[in-house]
Amino acid sequence: MFCIEARGLRKAYGSSVALDGVDLRVEEGRILGLIGPNGAGKTTALNAILGLTPYQGELRVLGRDPWTERDDLMNDVSFISDVAVLPRWMRVSQALDYVGGVHPRFDRAKAEGFLAKTNIKRTSKVRELSKGMVTQLHLALVMAIDAKLLVLDEPTLGLDLLVRKQFYDSLLNDYFDRNRTIVVTTHQVEEIQDVLTDVMFINGGRIVFECSMENLETRYTEVMVNPEHVAAAKALRPIHERQVFGRSILLFDGADRQQLAAMGDVRTPSIADLFVAIMGGQPQGAAR
Amino acid sequence: MSESLSTVPEYRVAPTRPMYWSIRREVWENRSIYIAPLIVAAVFLFGFLISTIGLPQRVRAAETLASPAKRMALVMPYSMAASMILLTGFIVGMFYCLDALNSERRDRSILFWKSMPVSDRQTVLSKVAIPVLVLPLLTFSIALVTQFIMLLLSTAVLIVNGVNPVTLWRHVPLLSMMVVMFYGLTVHVLWYAPIHGWLLLISAWAKRAMFLWAVLPFLAAFALERIVFGTSRGVAFLKYRFLGGMTEAFAVEVPAKAPITRFSEIDPLRFLGAPGLWLGLIFAAACLVAIVRLRRNREPI
Repeated sequence: MFCIEARGLRKAYGSSVALDGVDLRVEEGRILGLIGPNGAGKTTALNAILGLTPYQGELRVLGRDPWTERDDLMNDVSFISDVAVLPRWMRVSQALDYVGGVHPRFDRAKAEGFLAKTNIKRTSKVRELSKGMVTQLHLALVMAIDAKLLVLDEPTLGLDLLVRKQFYDSLLNDYFDRNRTIVVTTHQVEEIQDVLTDVMFINGGRIVFECSMENLETRYTEVMVNPEHVAAAKALRPIHERQVFGRSILLFDGADRQQLAAMGDVRTPSIADLFVAIMGGQPQGAAR
Repeated sequence: MSESLSTVPEYRVAPTRPMYWSIRREVWENRSIYIAPLIVAAVFLFGFLISTIGLPQRVRAAETLASPAKRMALVMPYSMAASMILLTGFIVGMFYCLDALNSERRDRSILFWKSMPVSDRQTVLSKVAIPVLVLPLLTFSIALVTQFIMLLLSTAVLIVNGVNPVTLWRHVPLLSMMVVMFYGLTVHVLWYAPIHGWLLLISAWAKRAMFLWAVLPFLAAFALERIVFGTSRGVAFLKYRFLGGMTEAFAVEVPAKAPITRFSEIDPLRFLGAPGLWLGLIFAAACLVAIVRLRRNREPI
């Protein structure tokens, strides 16, 4: 069964189209990175998946219709959204009490365990915590929920490098297993490169690229071409070309790695390189 | 940690009480729900304590004369304490309603609440429960305790002054006052349901200036009516909505000149027969349906 299955997902705010026929399939046990420029439709797509916004088209999340069955769906789905949404007046102990009181799959002892590793006091109010601590608190709450799908929308926005690193480390080490699925959007692509199993680029309300990380390694090759081989390399039809320190770096899709190795230094491109290559030629932002 | 997770594929399901915790979280956020009536009770008790200086004389006068006026002088403070505390509860409830569905969108915490397996209907009902259930029961208890403390204080003062407190107890029928107070409270909960429904609706719909949105349409309608037709039926309608519950529910002249303490003074059958009650409840129910729909659609402001 697919964890998320969408067909022809559409959403328009007045005359501007946020989602323009998105087809999406996310299998169980994957960590999918949804990457796109601002206004590409990432948050709208996630909101539709979470039952926060109505949509046109077909969408099933864990076999349910998110818009009509949001409360039931939330038994199996957790999410952290791009802004600090924990109520500022709430005490840490109250947050634990509340989630424990309404969520059947919340393990309070586990949440306390995560909190014990931080400097967060049980009696503090959320408004007294630093931005990093609020994220840690939210993560502790979410990781203590035995959910099947976790959705993270820019979870590390505005956090310093150390906290960001810790965030993904604890997510991978303490939370993720093959029964869970994670969907994450972020602008800090480099940081989640090693975390993801799948990557998807979204632009203008459409999925413009999707690939598993294993495929990415076999399909795409980046070569820093030696000057004498530039013409020969270009003849192999690279999908993107850029210049670094006067040398050409060419990106190939499905080319023969051995043949390329003879022309220069070969490596697997990063998601960021691919993103630039694929999105560079496209108009940015929302579709009109 | 990850090992223990993967070896236990079964989900642990703990019993939950979403309604109870949703209401509790409302009280956490809005502490004025209990603080305001408590402050009013404390202030009133303080004032009453000072007024007990003249109490022995008033009781002696009531003993000898036993006129209704003297009796009233003894009962009045108890009735006043109760009405002030209940009125405070109502005012707190109005402000609560105006903010209840707006603040969660303003501070974006709606995204956190919606990440929990609590339906919009449950959330809205938990918010409705504050003015309809929590505040009335809370203010009722506070009023009762306040009256009880007043009686204890008075008894102590009388004994110290060598006056027999039995006269006071006979003139202050706490038990029947309690029943009348509970009846009056129920009447107001039902009668004011459309007001609370309207305020909550505005809170769910408006982005800002909830108070203006709640009040201005009425003022504009009244002004228009006055200019075009030269009548003021709208004002009468609103007055009936705020004060009519008392008229319909009690068999005495309203506003009452004396504290209502007797069962003969209440008239539940006439109240239940008042069309205003049922029309109001239908309007409140319609508001509720609209609020649940709005909450489902609304995004952070």
